[in-house]
Amino acid sequence: MASLMSRIRWGRGAVLLIAGAYFLVPMVCSIIFSVDDNTGFSLNAYTGLLSAPGFLDSLTFTLELAAVTVVVMLLLLVPALIAVRLGSQRLRTVIEIVCSLPLVVPVVALTAGIIGVLRWGPDYLHDTPFFQTIVAIQNPSFPVVLVLAYVLMSLPLAYRALDAGLRGVDVRTLVEAARSCGSNWPRAVITVVLPNLRGALLNATFITLALVLGEFTTSSILGYQPFAVWIYEAGKNDGQMSVAVSVLSLVIAWVLLLALSAAGRERRGRKPARP
Amino acid sequence: MTTAPTPVPSSAAADRDSTRVGGGAGAPRTAPQTPLATSAAPRRRLRPAGGPWLATLPLLVFFAIAFGLPAIAIAIGAFTLSPDAPTGAGTFTTSNMTASVQGAYATALLGSIKLSALTALIGVLVGLPLAQAVVTSRFRMMREAVLSASGVLANFGGVPLAFAFVATLGNAGELTKQFKLTSHGWSLYTFNGLTIVYLYFLIPLMILTITPALEGLRVQWREAANNNGATNWQYWRHVALPILLPSLLGGYVMLFGSAFAAYATAAAMVGASIPLIPLHIADALSGNVLVGQGNVALALSLDMIVVAALVMAVYLPLQRRSARWLA
Repeated sequence: MASLMSRIRWGRGAVLLIAGAYFLVPMVCSIIFSVDDNTGFSLNAYTGLLSAPGFLDSLTFTLELAAVTVVVMLLLLVPALIAVRLGSQRLRTVIEIVCSLPLVVPVVALTAGIIGVLRWGPDYLHDTPFFQTIVAIQNPSFPVVLVLAYVLMSLPLAYRALDAGLRGVDVRTLVEAARSCGSNWPRAVITVVLPNLRGALLNATFITLALVLGEFTTSSILGYQPFAVWIYEAGKNDGQMSVAVSVLSLVIAWVLLLALSAAGRERRGRKPARP
Repeated sequence: MTTAPTPVPSSAAADRDSTRVGGGAGAPRTAPQTPLATSAAPRRRLRPAGGPWLATLPLLVFFAIAFGLPAIAIAIGAFTLSPDAPTGAGTFTTSNMTASVQGAYATALLGSIKLSALTALIGVLVGLPLAQAVVTSRFRMMREAVLSASGVLANFGGVPLAFAFVATLGNAGELTKQFKLTSHGWSLYTFNGLTIVYLYFLIPLMILTITPALEGLRVQWREAANNNGATNWQYWRHVALPILLPSLLGGYVMLFGSAFAAYATAAAMVGASIPLIPLHIADALSGNVLVGQGNVALALSLDMIVVAALVMAVYLPLQRRSARWLA
């Protein structure tokens, strides 16, 4: 038994070591690549970043999109998921299907469909108010059409995160308790249910953030220039800088997620055990 | 955790389950603790009038617009002549669909399916032992670091990954220069190169997908097997893998879908030098097609959706099955 155990531990160590190498080597190589000037060590790729044309613009553009997407996603999903926890099984199945369907449509296909819809504007709806709407959602300074697409793409992931959180919380009992203590509806949900979903809300938010910050397909085909598209465009002129930004964005996203999961855990640790 | 080594899922374990989409047994099972039987009044007050519909309506309306309209556009567009056709724009035709499964498009479709099937298979085979090693690790920090890194790599998207790999294994990449890989016939911009890059986000996705299932494997099952004299191999062969099989197949489907839909990595890395269907769709959308063939992009999209839907159709019943054991 002892020999078996030690063998398992060795096997595990080896597996993790090889995997760690596979996942770290590209990161390390990228960092070397980004600081390796032909003459030697140089941090130009990083120091020149802030003054690089379009960098700050595309970053703020993406962050705006991300913020709006997260808010819309939460406003749509959270009430619906809490309601179906309290409500009927049938409605719950509907929501489950609605949130899983986007998985079946690859993002490129969705984009093709979106372009198809946008072309209806000039083709068929020229004299109707719908035409104005279609023009308005493509406004280059803030394209609502991208938010629609991003919220749709984030539905399956965010649904899973929120649903997992709701599974661990007895929403029905919580709401009943709050209601019998005389709280009204908004208060029961906001001050009782939502704090219990903290971890799940953070998870859903983060996954959506990661998705929007890295999104390339829809925005590049529709001709907008958020962060990922900027990285791609910049890479045509200055490979080093693109590599530098790529590594930076991955590492920052990772640290952010680690911090979030740590925040969620601390809170859980302080709480008394659930009955 | 219950102490009895029974395979019947307990309600305590059911609450613990995380990413399963199916099931739905969680709420009714937790409900009996609540004093529902005492009176009907709190039960009625539990929902505001019309509450469930009111709260879900925005989501359903949003879905109808953001998903329904593009879906209709694809369905109509795939079977009608493009607006830019010289004659008969908007009339019914099957020529788009026929064109979308012929010639270069057929090659691309097959190329995409081949790449996705292969990378998903490798992803599952490599991801399973890795996830097991992470799940059973004694170091919680490492566990969280790996899981969050997986979350980033699986969701963040392909462009940064593409650049990282170009810097590592591209023509001027660090490893390529260091080991003179080009003279050994290595090129990142091939099918094999793309496979390696795809695995970089598919293996993390597999770890994320399979971890809940691995956490659902009871210690008691292993102990029972060991008590009956089973070796480690026999435990995996006869106990763990059969239970995990639906989750593994489900993971394969997730990975296939993800690889099949991936566009950013390939677009940023190889341009159009490898025939893949998303690249062709993007190409057709930006107008690089013959006059009157604009709607071929929509037909190609429909092809993709059909393939993805067929694969997903395998996945949903499987998830129900695995839910039974790993509740």
